[in-house]
Parts: sequence; C-alpha cells; structure tokens
Amino acid sequence: MLSRQGEEKIFKGLMIVSLTFVMIILLGIIALVVTKGAPALNISMILETPKGGYYLGKEGGIANAIVGSIYLAFGASIIAILISLPVALSLQKEYTNKHMANFTRLILDVLWGTPSIVYGAFGFIVMVYFGLRASLLGGIVVLSLLMLPIMVRSMEEIIRMVPHELKEVSYALGTTKLETTIAVILKQSLPGIITAILLAFGRGIGDAASILFTAGYTDYIPKSLFDPVASLPLAVFFQISTPIPEVQQRAYASALILLFIVILVSVFSRIIGKRFSRNIVR
Amino acid sequence: MSHISLQNLSVTFGAQKILNDITVDIPDSRITAIIGPSGCGKTTLLKSINRLLELNDDVTVNGDVLIDGTNIYDPKTDILLLRKKVGFMSQRPYPLPMSIYDNIAFGPRVHRLTDDQIISQIEGLKSSDVLHVDSIDKGKTMDMLVKCYLTLAGLWDEVKDRLHEPASRLSIGQQQRLALARALAVEPEVILADEPTSALDPISAQLIERQFRLLKKRYTIVVVTHILRQARRVADYVIFLYLGELVEHGEAEVFFSSPIDKRTRAYISGEIS
Repeated sequence: MLSRQGEEKIFKGLMIVSLTFVMIILLGIIALVVTKGAPALNISMILETPKGGYYLGKEGGIANAIVGSIYLAFGASIIAILISLPVALSLQKEYTNKHMANFTRLILDVLWGTPSIVYGAFGFIVMVYFGLRASLLGGIVVLSLLMLPIMVRSMEEIIRMVPHELKEVSYALGTTKLETTIAVILKQSLPGIITAILLAFGRGIGDAASILFTAGYTDYIPKSLFDPVASLPLAVFFQISTPIPEVQQRAYASALILLFIVILVSVFSRIIGKRFSRNIVR
Repeated sequence: MSHISLQNLSVTFGAQKILNDITVDIPDSRITAIIGPSGCGKTTLLKSINRLLELNDDVTVNGDVLIDGTNIYDPKTDILLLRKKVGFMSQRPYPLPMSIYDNIAFGPRVHRLTDDQIISQIEGLKSSDVLHVDSIDKGKTMDMLVKCYLTLAGLWDEVKDRLHEPASRLSIGQQQRLALARALAVEPEVILADEPTSALDPISAQLIERQFRLLKKRYTIVVVTHILRQARRVADYVIFLYLGELVEHGEAEVFFSSPIDKRTRAYISGEIS
C-alpha cells in the first residue's frame, strides 16, 4: 500500500513530467523554426513580393502571403466575432431553453472537430455554385466558418461563468435582458471573450487546408475582395515541398513570421483587454 | 407608500414545495424581518416580492402578491417598473463591473431619467429630512444624485475622492453599502434585503443596520435574517417561517415577548435554530 504522501509525490511527479513534455515540444518547434528560418529572414523577405525565379531561390519575398494572411485572418475574425458573440449570448438560459442550447452546443462541437479541408471543400462547392473563383472574399468566409465553433464555444463557457447573483442584482434594478447582457454580462466576461477570439484567430491564421481551394494563391497582393490571395500557411507548404534548400529555408522563415504575427496579436489584445477589464468583479 | 400584501402564496421548485399558502400583510414605512431556520423559504418569500424567482428554472408561483392593490403576478404587470419600485440587496454584495460612480448612475441611466426628474428626485430627498442637500447645481444633476445616494447609504465620505475607481476595489462592507445606494438610486418604495449583513464584519453590519433604521422613514424595508439578535435590534414587525409555513407574525415587541406558537417559542428560546 502506498502512503498518502507517496501518492502526492507520484502525482506531483506526473504533473512535472507532462508539463516538461509540453514545454519541450513547444520549444522544439520554435527552435527548429528559428534556427532554420532566421538565416533566410531579411528585409526583402518581408517587404517584397516574389520576383521571377523566387521559387528557385532567386530574389523576392513573401509580402503577398504576409498581407494575404493578415487580410484573411482579420477579415474572418471580424465576421466570426459578429456572428459568434450574439450566438454565445443567446445560449444563456435567459434566451434559449436547455435542450435547444445543448443541441446547439453538440452541433458546434462536431463542427469544431471537422477537418478544415472539409470546410474548404464545402466552401469550394458553394463558390462554384455561385460562379465565384478562388478569392479573398471566399477565403475570409470559409475561414470565418472554421473559427465560428471555436469562438462560440469558448465565449459561451466564459459567459456561463458570470455569477447568477450578479445578473440578479442587475435585473433587480429593473433592467431588461438586453441591458443586463450589454452592461453587465459582456463587461464581466470581456477578458474571456478576448481569449476566445485569440484562440480562433490563431487557428484561423494557421490553417492551410480550408483556404487552399477558396482563397487560392498568387504572387500579388490582392487589390479587391474578388482577387485570389496568398497566405503564410500555404507559402510554407509550397516552399517546403520544393527540392531546393534555399527555398526550404524560406519556408521556415515564413513560419517564423507567422509565429511572430500570432504572438504580436496575442500580446496586443491582452494589453487592450487588461485596460477594459479593470472593473470586473472577481 | 407601498402596501404589500401576500395572499395564499405558494412556491414550488420542480416537485419541491418551498412556500405553502402564505398570507400576510407587510406594514409600510417600517422594517419587517423575515426570520426562521435555514432552508425554510425566507429568501424565496423575499424574491417573490420583486419576481426575481422567475430567473430560476422550474419555478411555479401560485397565489397573489399585491403591491398598492395590484397583483404583481398579473401578466399585464410591467416587470421593469415593478423592479424599479422594489429595490433589492443580495446576501453577498455584487458590485456591477463598473466604477463606483457608474454603479449608482446605472439605474437612473437605464430608466432614462431626465435632468428634471433627477432634480425632483433630489428635491424629494431634501424635503424628507433623511438627508441634507446643498443647493442644486443644474449642470451636474447626475453627480448630485450620486452624491445624495452615497450619502444616504453612509458611504460618501469614504469614496468621495475615488468615485471613478472600480467598485470591486471597495471592501466588502463598503460594497454592501454601495449596493444599498445603488438600489436607492432607482427610487424604490420598498427595499428587500436578503441577509444583507451575513458576509460583513460586525462594524460594517452595524452601519447597514443604522442606515436601515434611518431609511425606514421613507421606505418599506423587508429584511431576511437568520440572526435572531439582528431581528430584535432592527425589526418593527416579524414574520416567522418554519419549513415553508408561516407560523406566526406580528409586532416585534409582542412577537418576542409573548410568542403564541410552540415552534416560535422553541426558535426564540434557541431550542431550534
């Protein structure tokens, strides 16, 4: 028989092992991307679009993919927020009965687990039906669909954590559901909502399969919503699959830029979130 | 002043009956204490007076609650106006996620009070001798209103220099007085308080009780408490519930000095608690 202190030690050990495991993998990926990508990283990589022969290791950069990914991810995030927030709020028991809400959650969970290539294929079929070709608009829409379940479910979990008593004191002042939702519930759950948006943003900006058919790929920066658009995940994919070592190195540099964008966005939104959350009740 | 009258009120949560056939009148402009052991339906009774019960699932309310002669459970009743008229303080104070100032201004803003309405509200406070108000500055009516209610709740001096700080930074005792000020700011006629001092230290609790005694001139106050000594200190009228039944009610002096029912005697003497 193991002593209770022994159990405690074993579990502590297990936690340390798993935490270390996660850290090693994460740091390993970052180390690989940095060591392989950093030498290829230079200013023209960030500021220039691919010139002739870029994919053979000659001059140019991936500004097309950087700008493309930013357009796609921000565009899709905005659409996804506009849809997710009302959905997440409406799943509260004040608005939707328990069974309907649980059914919606189930659907969202299934959507969350659906491979992104399926979103791509679905988007592609719809676009063909409407006679649209691969474009920034198509990519944004499909990417926003991919983000939706992540955003709704994570926002909703946070919104459900708002204490019942807090809602009660607000309703007791004679507020409507809408007033309580906007002035109290949204404010109280703001930091969590920002985390939900970041989760979905990270998934969206890193996804390649869903935008492969729907956004296409191009060496140019799109001038309208109907132009095809390049993206960083696909830039990584195309460059890494060439046999030329210089180009492969540029794939890692592209991945490094992608990582950097995600970190930047995360840090900024947390700073903004902190400013707005000084009032929340703990 | 409001007159509250409960008639054959029964409340069930799912299959469980919480309140059984309660009929009682709550006197105006006095402090009524609802007392009884834990889980005997005190809070349910309180929350039936502003229809907060409806926020829970599977609640059925039978019987009538009359305020000024109108049944508040009538489908035609405007629930927003009802809740404006009946203020509420919860057991643990929950400041709204905004500044101290905005916590007070929230209600008046939600009810879209005009400057003139705010001024007449302040005039009303001025004439009712619960509060001393200086001259009214027409340009800053909301500031005045916030000051009035914070003063009325006995909090003004402690927060006047940090009105725009988050309310969550106040101590729990201050938060409860803020909750009182917030409830008063929508100009209720009745104040319901659900064990308002149970989370507070004795000094803060004493402050709340003092404010209640001051405010009863102007408001009908109903306090749920399971502290018998508190009921003795503040109550003018007592309602004693036991396992969902109304056992006994009456003037506080009579209730405590010569209780009739043997359960009441047992509770007051401390045999059951």
